[in-house]
Amino acid sequence: MLSKFKRIIGLLLVVPTVAIANVTEYQLDNGLKLIVKEDHRAPVVVSQVWYKVGSSYEHNGITGISHVLEHMMFKGTENLGPNEFSQIIAANGGRENAFTGRDYTAYFQTLEKDRLEVSFRLEAERMRKLVIDEGELLKEREVVAEERRMRTEDNPHALVREAFNAAAFVNSPYHHPVIGWMSDINNYQASDLRQWYQKWYAPNNATLVIVGDVEPENVHALAQKYFGPLKPEITAQVKPQIEVEQRGKRTINVKAPAELPYMMMGWKVPVVNTVDKEQEWHPYALEMLAGILDGGNSARFSRDLVRGDEIAASVGAGYSLFSRLADMFLVVGTPVKGKSLADLQVAVMAQIKTLQTEVVSDDELKRIKAQVVANAVYERDSVFYQGMQIGMLETIGLDWRLSDDYVKNVQAVTAEQVQTVAQQYFKDKGLTVAELIPLPLDGKQRSVSAGGRHGQ
Amino acid sequence: MDSRVFGVLLTLLFVSSIQASPKIEHWQTENGARVYFVPAPELAMVDITIAFDAGAARDGAKSGLALLTNAMLNEGAAGLNTDQIAIEFEDVGAQFSNSSQRDMAILSLRTLTDKTAFEPALAMFNNVLTKPDFPSESFERIQKQMMIGLQAEKQSPSAISSRAFYGNLYGDHPYGSMPAGTEHSVSQLTLESLKRFYQQYYVANNAVVVLVGALDSAQAKIVAEQLLSGLAEGEEAKPLVPVMPLSQGKTIAIEHPSTQTHIVMGQTGISRGDADYFALYVGNHILGGSGLVSQLSNEVREKRGLSYSVYSYFRPMRALGPYQFALQTRNSQANEALDVMKKTLKDFSVKGPTDEELLAAKQNITGGFALRLDSNSKIAGYLAMIGFYGLPLDYLNTFKSKVNAVSVEQIKEAYSRRVQTDKMITVLVGGKAE
Repeated sequence: MLSKFKRIIGLLLVVPTVAIANVTEYQLDNGLKLIVKEDHRAPVVVSQVWYKVGSSYEHNGITGISHVLEHMMFKGTENLGPNEFSQIIAANGGRENAFTGRDYTAYFQTLEKDRLEVSFRLEAERMRKLVIDEGELLKEREVVAEERRMRTEDNPHALVREAFNAAAFVNSPYHHPVIGWMSDINNYQASDLRQWYQKWYAPNNATLVIVGDVEPENVHALAQKYFGPLKPEITAQVKPQIEVEQRGKRTINVKAPAELPYMMMGWKVPVVNTVDKEQEWHPYALEMLAGILDGGNSARFSRDLVRGDEIAASVGAGYSLFSRLADMFLVVGTPVKGKSLADLQVAVMAQIKTLQTEVVSDDELKRIKAQVVANAVYERDSVFYQGMQIGMLETIGLDWRLSDDYVKNVQAVTAEQVQTVAQQYFKDKGLTVAELIPLPLDGKQRSVSAGGRHGQ
Repeated sequence: MDSRVFGVLLTLLFVSSIQASPKIEHWQTENGARVYFVPAPELAMVDITIAFDAGAARDGAKSGLALLTNAMLNEGAAGLNTDQIAIEFEDVGAQFSNSSQRDMAILSLRTLTDKTAFEPALAMFNNVLTKPDFPSESFERIQKQMMIGLQAEKQSPSAISSRAFYGNLYGDHPYGSMPAGTEHSVSQLTLESLKRFYQQYYVANNAVVVLVGALDSAQAKIVAEQLLSGLAEGEEAKPLVPVMPLSQGKTIAIEHPSTQTHIVMGQTGISRGDADYFALYVGNHILGGSGLVSQLSNEVREKRGLSYSVYSYFRPMRALGPYQFALQTRNSQANEALDVMKKTLKDFSVKGPTDEELLAAKQNITGGFALRLDSNSKIAGYLAMIGFYGLPLDYLNTFKSKVNAVSVEQIKEAYSRRVQTDKMITVLVGGKAE
């Protein structure tokens, strides 16, 4: 019935770069990289500016400064008042936001395609002409402190994650949280922000990613007009900060008001950025290993730990092969009632042991590969996500084409390679375990009052 | 046909259809399900959603019933167990998911259109939909998982506030309970009650089918028939009882060992298809629905730094959905933040927006209209809404002009009639001020 579509899908799967990538790359004289990906399905465009700066560029005492600077980027420039950036984007029907990660800070707008110029005009302005106002900063420090309370202080899982990273990473800047420690948030000075901005916000430290119903040459001309005149900056050289070798299992407890126990296990593993040529398949084998454990409802964690032995209420495996510095392979979970965190850890370790001693079946391998191939098609339903992939790869120092090679690289992974990485990296000496020990919540209704204000 | 030419042709067709709004094709299956279809040929994939009027509003006294029934469908079907069903979908890269809210219970599938993927995925979807086995070991496991989910709620101030808000806002109305039920109600559920619920509500006359993807009309018709083949015709669910307006406001304070107080405030709002929808939607967009440029964000966050997130929204539902305001702030500032939020609402409902604010809102909503329809999954979401709530097929085509027609006077008039600022349910969850 659907045979006439088969030819197209076949084409997509065999040579995705040629058939669909449609990407054009430019570099402006001032060092700004521009990458344009055409997607003509709808008359919209997403514009993203990615800066090579994030929490992993920060040192102790100013943790979270990249994130608060992201907030301040909406608070006025030489030619724009506080919040005016957002008002102009809104009046043009745009949606906008920004996000800060360990390895990047990114700003984006989604607009109807003929409004792209608005985005360029405003982003070029705040790339070099930000004004850090003392009063605005004091207010924004409070907003960020509230953000931290909401995301972390009152969220037991986030508290565990923060303590876990701080224990697992000793000298790698992945040690500290993206949002920063509260004490640092409360003490940013305008001068700190100005220095940070001066140091990193420049065309030669940025990548402009455009995805949508656009013509690359027009976009290039527009970028020349607005970003072309900006002066480059001598950006600082980041120190390697290579994590010291871990020499034994680390175990920590976090006590916080909670109802349910929770745990995180993490093994130190390489990422694409940190492997040698002869080990360049390792991250893809680890990706496959994550899929074998947690790639869908048929994967081993769901099959054996949630169903099967019914040890886990929830359990997940996570690995991200694209980051600037070496990272961890994570397993997180909550046991069912009647089972302990120790029971869950034993069950997880037994799963790891199986991966070390037995090669995974062809069926499982094929199933994960089928999902990876399908996802590569599904992901193209979102212009935003397509931009994310390109911007993130470029900003962590990789080539955006790696996202097109991803399917090929995962498909090349063998069962033996999965076993090899399981044996090599899943050792106790590189393991960190964090457990949430619930403290009583004692939640009770304090008062109900009809009509009036809340009583105490 | 050369596949490259074919591709170009499809692109042209698609672009011309989306420049305006997508043209929605609508028909009924032989057993009575309403189908809504938009072709999207550029990506070799299809999104399928089936929405039943089988959400928590149909729980009756058995809170949690709709959710557990929905969660059981892919646990065993046509003699296959959970593992086998999951393998069948995942072997071909298909993504099956199920969910259940107050109005809708949903089953969805995203799959490649390549025959070797599409046919087995579709066949398994049909099994899950029409031949669920309700195995007892799965029932017991999911029941336990729901209990753990209810425990997890107790460590989340936002979940606690949401439960208290709905309970106090709706009282005995079916919207008053949470889809996840309570520990007591979930423990009382039986397999028999699930099977009866399935038989009554998972029927063709109670279903809306949405298809968006690389199919043509003829193919979509065949797919819809295959998908629902074997599903009983049944009957449409009865209309929900009306929501009674609040007779008075109420403030509920719940102690929680958190550093912030989560505040949820609101009252009953509007239903889908409500005559006041556009006036209230545009009005609220200005007041609290437009992110960083809304009045609430300006007063609470920009001017005073009191909260990271503050917003308000109408959630139009089958019966009157809530009109909800929310923020979070450190405990010592809770009263101050609540006062600012209340004053902002009160000023707005008296004065309405300025002409400039209204113009900016219209520019924002209409100037960004294309963004609402820029992916298959977004289009599928709109189709489900249009189909489920019986909105006109030209809903998307007339959306912009209806927004543009809203006046300052209409907003003020609608707010004075529909929003009683002195009768608010206010929930505060947090610790004592230090």
